[in-house]
Amino acid sequence: MILARRFAPPVAVFLAAVGLWYAASLLLLSDQERFLMPLPHDVLVIGFGDPDNLAELLTALALSAQVALVGLVVAFVVAVSLAVAMSQAKWVERSLYPYAVLLQTIPVLALVPLFGFWFGFGFGSRVLVCVLIALFPLIANTLFGLRSVTSAQLDLFRLHGAGRWKTLWKLQFPAALPSIFTGLRISAGLSVIGAVVGDFFFKQGEPGIGILIDLYRSRLQSEQMFAAVLLASALGIAVFWFFGFLAGRVVGSWHESVREPRT
Amino acid sequence: MLGFTGVGKRFADGTTALADIDLDVAPGEFVSVVGPSGCGKTSLLRIAAGLSDASEGAVRRETERVGYVFQDATLLPWRTVQSNVELLAELKDLPEQERRGRADEAIELVGLKDFAGHRPGQLSGGMRMRVSLARSLTVEPELFLFDEPFGALDEITRQRLGDELLRLFTLRGFAGLMVTHSVTEALYLSTRVLVLSDRPGRVIGDFAVPFAHPRSPELRFEDEFTHLAGKISACLRGGAG
Repeated sequence: MILARRFAPPVAVFLAAVGLWYAASLLLLSDQERFLMPLPHDVLVIGFGDPDNLAELLTALALSAQVALVGLVVAFVVAVSLAVAMSQAKWVERSLYPYAVLLQTIPVLALVPLFGFWFGFGFGSRVLVCVLIALFPLIANTLFGLRSVTSAQLDLFRLHGAGRWKTLWKLQFPAALPSIFTGLRISAGLSVIGAVVGDFFFKQGEPGIGILIDLYRSRLQSEQMFAAVLLASALGIAVFWFFGFLAGRVVGSWHESVREPRT
Repeated sequence: MLGFTGVGKRFADGTTALADIDLDVAPGEFVSVVGPSGCGKTSLLRIAAGLSDASEGAVRRETERVGYVFQDATLLPWRTVQSNVELLAELKDLPEQERRGRADEAIELVGLKDFAGHRPGQLSGGMRMRVSLARSLTVEPELFLFDEPFGALDEITRQRLGDELLRLFTLRGFAGLMVTHSVTEALYLSTRVLVLSDRPGRVIGDFAVPFAHPRSPELRFEDEFTHLAGKISACLRGGAG
């Protein structure tokens, strides 16, 4: 009963969307035009049903997932280090934060070809794109979390002789965990997008899922293309869920933001 | 245990919070400071704790074992009651066994034994305050500072915790210094009540409280009590005018 109440609304929306899709495809498009919006079951049958095609998709997906994951891990380590440094000294924050914001505003994806020329079109450049895209939300959220301690909590630690590192480790860091997870959820999605869209510019080397999408597009293989897009977004959803799940395990017992609402 | 001589506090923005405060808290004394809001009561307590420096005058504190109870419970929400109470011993790097022993005793003392595994989010405001008290008790304070500790609680909880505090005071015999804006609370809990004036806070009244310990809740309704409360209130109004 509870399960039904929880899952019925999104399932209903899903069915409605699929229904609309069928309607649009069947009623608005002639047979020759149908490649513009292939029928959903054709996407499944042609995109995933053919073993060779499926293998191609999954290999590409695995590569993109690796790129996104390595990028996210690197971004996480860099961002947390920077945020800790900024939280410890105002001058570090004043020196670095404007550039963190700048990072958010430059169109990283437009610069991808440049990275290719600078660092080659291999794994490293692809990861770099993900790092640059994923960095800012992680920095901003971690810093916000480290700052979220109250002045009374800081007084308590000071009064009882806790130094800078003890205060960081036993107070600021645990207090920041919920925000860090928020940052991870946002950045994980961005990192996947970085890996997929960055691919558009990396025609050389092993094909990631983005290269395949581009390839199918140019060949007008729209069933395969939609299958690849579905897989790429499934990857994004999977990482988002994963970090939501992890947040629930780690901070769910004490932090409201990840607790299931009571009904 | 604690002595202020001619203590003044001026902030960087030029406002003067306290002026020329003389104050002594002897062992076995519980002194309350009442005053209008914004008269520098919290500054006085922070100076007493060493969290803030006096701009003028001298502060003498004869012990390192200082307990400080903040306006709100200031618990760490990710820690259980047990581990919140162990925090201060942990910051002092005391061995695990010592930590546990002190925490167990303190939790028992405030009557929260059955809640040791709960997190602060699962407790009522009054219980959280008890945890905060227990946490301070683990440093075995010789000087106990209270910054309007029950200000955010409802009247009934407030009175219960007041009785709890009196019990701890007679049991442990620490020197206490509390700031509050409740005259009744100050009178009920203290051996002496000081009245501060409006900002900049100066001591404008010093009342010895003659009631013997242990005190019972009915004390609040006795003539001598209400009479003294009236005198302190009058003094407070005079200073706030």
